[in-house]
Amino acid sequence: MLTHLLRTVGRRSLAVVVGLGDFAGFVVRAFAAVGHARQLRKGVTRAIHQQGVRCLLVITVVSLFSGLVLGLQGYYVLARFGSAGLLGTFVSLTLTRELAPVLATLMIVGQAGSAIAAEIGIYRYSEQIDALTTMAIDPLGYLITPRLLAALLVFPILTTAFVLVGTFGGYLSGCCLLGLDSGVYWSNVHSAVRFVDVRECLLKALVFGILTIAICCHSGFTAHRRTGVSGSRAVSISTTRAVVFSSIATLAADYVITSFLV
Amino acid sequence: MIAPLLSVIGLQKQFEQHAVLCGVDLVVPRGSIVCLLGRSGAGKSVLLKCLAGLLKPDAGEIRFEGQTGKDFRKQCGYLFQANALFDSLTAFENVALPLEQTTRLPVSGIKEAVMSALKNLGLEKFADYFPAQLSGGMQKRLALARVLVTRPAMVLFDEPTAGLDPLASNAVFSMIKEYREQFDFTALVVTHDVAPALAAGNRLALLEKGRIQFEGTPAEFVASDDSVVRSFVNGNREWTRKEPRLDGNKTQTNRR
Repeated sequence: MLTHLLRTVGRRSLAVVVGLGDFAGFVVRAFAAVGHARQLRKGVTRAIHQQGVRCLLVITVVSLFSGLVLGLQGYYVLARFGSAGLLGTFVSLTLTRELAPVLATLMIVGQAGSAIAAEIGIYRYSEQIDALTTMAIDPLGYLITPRLLAALLVFPILTTAFVLVGTFGGYLSGCCLLGLDSGVYWSNVHSAVRFVDVRECLLKALVFGILTIAICCHSGFTAHRRTGVSGSRAVSISTTRAVVFSSIATLAADYVITSFLV
Repeated sequence: MIAPLLSVIGLQKQFEQHAVLCGVDLVVPRGSIVCLLGRSGAGKSVLLKCLAGLLKPDAGEIRFEGQTGKDFRKQCGYLFQANALFDSLTAFENVALPLEQTTRLPVSGIKEAVMSALKNLGLEKFADYFPAQLSGGMQKRLALARVLVTRPAMVLFDEPTAGLDPLASNAVFSMIKEYREQFDFTALVVTHDVAPALAAGNRLALLEKGRIQFEGTPAEFVASDDSVVRSFVNGNREWTRKEPRLDGNKTQTNRR
């Protein structure tokens, strides 16, 4: 009984280590393909459209409501301590240092990451990835590299948009709805956000972007390795796992980065 | 016999405990159409995937023009059973893809080559169509156009007639024969359709129990009184019951 348990734990632990190694190799090979991938600009443009343009609306809506809620909650909590005037500081710092990178990433994963995992999984099952190999085209260079490069650009931009729209949402609820002076609000925003906060925000966006898009790409690319399932079911499971693992990885990485930078 | 373009020597492949290829020896002469016959599950597609580099053989050697190494795969095209066309790309973009990604041709050169390939296969009017908007036969021709646009020395066909009626099967083999003469490539066709293979192939090989059990001309195949060949042609499965073994050498290869 104990031997069986130990064997199972050992086997699963090894599988996790092997999986992490495989994932790391996948990401390194995808970035190394920058050197020889052809028509990279075309692929990156398409990926920017998929990850950026298509996610812009959802990012705008979510960030506006996040800012509105932060403004409301923040105003009443701060008012208890007679510090309602610090609402601008509260909203802008919360968004810049924490909420914007995390929420923007989760929204992009839900919108574009799941689509990437499903699309690449279908490529795998319809032998389109094998077809690339037989045509002497590097599948990583053609399918993965442009998406990772696009993530380097898209995530910081969308996170910045999240901060700006969210801060405006805080202004709407704090100043327009609850009557706080707009000059006080914006002057607090201006004085509160420092360079290190912006740096932390952009660093998180970059790390989350690479991490989540790589997880989604890897999940779709290895959809055929799922034991016990195949075809559309395997693609469906890969897509779900891509979103779940990306979300967990985002929060875990957020904790690690915050603990180093705080 | 014409000098071989491709030689396979003692190729072995097994999946976990199941040996699929147990030492395959095969010669594909330059400029010929070699039809690789065998029942479903005999390992024909596995052999083709090993040749295309999609699977790594456990043992054995693949020689292209007498040389080993990976470079020959750049001179090799592969026509998938289900065509493997990019469904989000138009017919033009599908055919242009290998040229865009593997050559340094200018845009005008790529356009010219793609339109020429599409025209040769009667698809020039469908350049802006997506694969899903084309019929099964047109998709097959489009996949062939994508393979031929890079002018490969050899094309591997994986079950090009799977799921087709006898008339359509004959048409596909006629197409392979016609385009082989037009584009001067060497073809290795994996199939289990005996009649069209006899009509179109220059040489036939029969894969069974993980080994090539027969290799010869269509006339030799028809005249063969070998029990393995006769059983395959007559659809008698008695002789297929034993599982192949990597270590044993109980099956006799009839090389003509």
